[in-house]
Amino acid sequence: MISITSLNARIWSKLGPQGTYGITMMELGKEYDDIMVLTADLCTTSGLDRFREAFPEKFCNVGIAEQNLIGIAGGLAKEGKTVFASSFATFIAMRAYEQVRLNLGYMGFNVKVVGLAAGFAMGMFGNTHYGIEDIALMRAIPGLCVLSPADCSEVVKAIFAAAQYSGPVYLRLTGRMNCPVVYKNDYLFEIGKAISVKEGHNIAIISTGSMVYQSLQAAKELEHEGISASVINMHTIKPLDTHTIDELCGKVSLFVTIEEHSIIGGLAGAVAEHLCSITSSPRLIRIGIPDAFQRVGDYEYLLEQNGLTGSKIAERIRSEYFV
Amino acid sequence: MRKKTLYLANRAGSKGAHVGSALSIIEIMAVLYGEILKIDPKNPLWSERDRFILSKGHGSLGYYTALCEAGFLSEEELGTFEENGGILPGQPVMNMEKGIEFSSGSLGHGLSLGVGVALACKKNHIKSNIYVLMGDGECNEGAVWEAAMAAKQFHLSSITVIIDANEMQSDGSCAAIMCVNYGSLWESSGWQVCHVNGHDICSLYKVFKKGAQEERPRVIIAKTIKGKGVSFMEHNNAWHHNRLSDKEYHRAIEELDLSR
Repeated sequence: MISITSLNARIWSKLGPQGTYGITMMELGKEYDDIMVLTADLCTTSGLDRFREAFPEKFCNVGIAEQNLIGIAGGLAKEGKTVFASSFATFIAMRAYEQVRLNLGYMGFNVKVVGLAAGFAMGMFGNTHYGIEDIALMRAIPGLCVLSPADCSEVVKAIFAAAQYSGPVYLRLTGRMNCPVVYKNDYLFEIGKAISVKEGHNIAIISTGSMVYQSLQAAKELEHEGISASVINMHTIKPLDTHTIDELCGKVSLFVTIEEHSIIGGLAGAVAEHLCSITSSPRLIRIGIPDAFQRVGDYEYLLEQNGLTGSKIAERIRSEYFV
Repeated sequence: MRKKTLYLANRAGSKGAHVGSALSIIEIMAVLYGEILKIDPKNPLWSERDRFILSKGHGSLGYYTALCEAGFLSEEELGTFEENGGILPGQPVMNMEKGIEFSSGSLGHGLSLGVGVALACKKNHIKSNIYVLMGDGECNEGAVWEAAMAAKQFHLSSITVIIDANEMQSDGSCAAIMCVNYGSLWESSGWQVCHVNGHDICSLYKVFKKGAQEERPRVIIAKTIKGKGVSFMEHNNAWHHNRLSDKEYHRAIEELDLSR
C-alpha cells in the first residue's frame, strides 16, 4: 500500500484522479498475481501507460467497445481474476449498463468498474461526456458496492479497498488535475463507514467525491455566521452508512447532501430514502446538478453555474437555514 | 431429448416455453454433451473442463435435457423446469454444480463472456475449449460483433461459436427483419467459418472434431429448422414461445415415435 503523506497528496493532486488511478494500479500490479486491468481505448487517459508497459500480460485493451469491456471482465472474473475495468463514467455506466447489471450484479463477478471523469470533469467536451447519472444507475443494481472518493489520497485508499473487497464495485472518480486535497495524512478507510471530516452541531452536510472539499469550504464560511456544520465524507454510497445518519438525526436540525451528480437518485436519493423511514427526521436539502442538461463550459464555470462551490453552497444553506 | 423437451413444455402449462428454438438445437447439444465436451459431472469445477455458454438462453430446454443426459441434472431435477423458485427457469441461471456456467437470457452477452474465459484460460495455461451457442437472430446484437473482433484480435482459437441458423426470430423470418449474410460478416471479422447441417449428427461430430485449424476463432453455422421434428411446429413461429396443450403434446410425441 502506498502511504498517504503530505508530499504524495500534493503529487497525486497535481496528477488528478486518473493519474492517481494509474499510479495505484502499478502498485496493485506488483502485489496481485491474478489482477487484470482492462480499458476501452482510454489507456493513456486512464493513466495506465506505465502499467501497460510494466505488466503487459495483466493488461487488455478491448477497443472502443464498453459492452464487450464488461463482458470480457465478467468472463475473466469467473475464471478467478480480479478485474479492474475503466472508462469514462458516462460510457461505462450507461453504454454497458446491462452488462454491469448481469455480470456484476446478477452473477456477482469480482469486477471493479472504474468510472473516470465523473460529474463535470470533461468540461468543454460537453454533455455527452458528463457523468451525472452514474450513481443513480449503479446503486440501483442489487449487490453492487458504490464508492466515491473525496480526493486523490482517497482514490488510492478506495482502489486498495476495492481490490481487497470480494465482490463487484463501482468506483466513481470525480475532479480533474490539480484537484483540492482533503487528506494529507494517513487515516482509516473502511468500505461502508462514513468519515466525519468536521464536527458541528447545527446542521450536517453529507457530501461525496469532489464535493467534500467544497463542503468544508462552505462549513468554514457558515461558521463565521454562527452556523455550526458537521461535514461527513460519505465515500461509500452503497452500502450507505445509515448508522452515522441515525446518530446525526438526534443532533442536528438540518441535513444537506452535496454531490457532483444529478439531484435525482444519487447521494441525495440514498439519504432521502433512509430519512423517510425515520419519524421526525430533520429536513433534507439536496444540492447537486439540477434535473436538466447544462450549457457546456469549463469545469469551474459548471461548478459555479450549478452552485457547487464552497461559497455558493454556503449561500444556499444560509438561505434555507434562516427560513 | 426432444421428447423430454416436449414433456417439460407441456408440464409448464400456461407458463409456456420456448419450444421451437429448443427443438432446433437438440442435435447440436446431443453431440456436444455426448461426445465433444471435456466435462465431468462429478467434478463440475474441474479447471481443465471445456466451457459451454448458452448465449441464446431461450434454448434452455435443449440445454437442460442435455445436462440431464450428461449426468449434471437428475430426472427429478429436470422435472422442476419452470417451477416457482426452482433452479431451472425459462432462461438459465448460473449454477456450477449443475454444469450451468453462466446466467443468460438477454441476447448478445455470451461471446464477450467467452472471450473473457478464453483469455483467462490462456493466461492460466489451461487448454480448455470454449463453445458459445448463439442464435442467428441474436447476431442482430451489436455486442456480438464487439466480441467477435476481440476474439480475432486476441487470437483466441480455443473459441468455437455455433450459430443455430434456424432463420427465424421472435417477429418472423430473419431475412425479413434484418437481412444479412452472417457468414461473410464472420469471415470479414477474421473468423474461420464452417457450414454444417445442424440436424446431421455425423456432420456435426466431424466438424466439431476437426477443431481449429489456425490461430483464430471459428464459427460453425449450423443450418437448422425451428421446431425440428414436429410437423406443426417446424418453420412455425407461433412456437417460438407457446403453451403446449395435452392434445398437441400427444400428437407431437406420436410423430416422433413414427419418425424413428
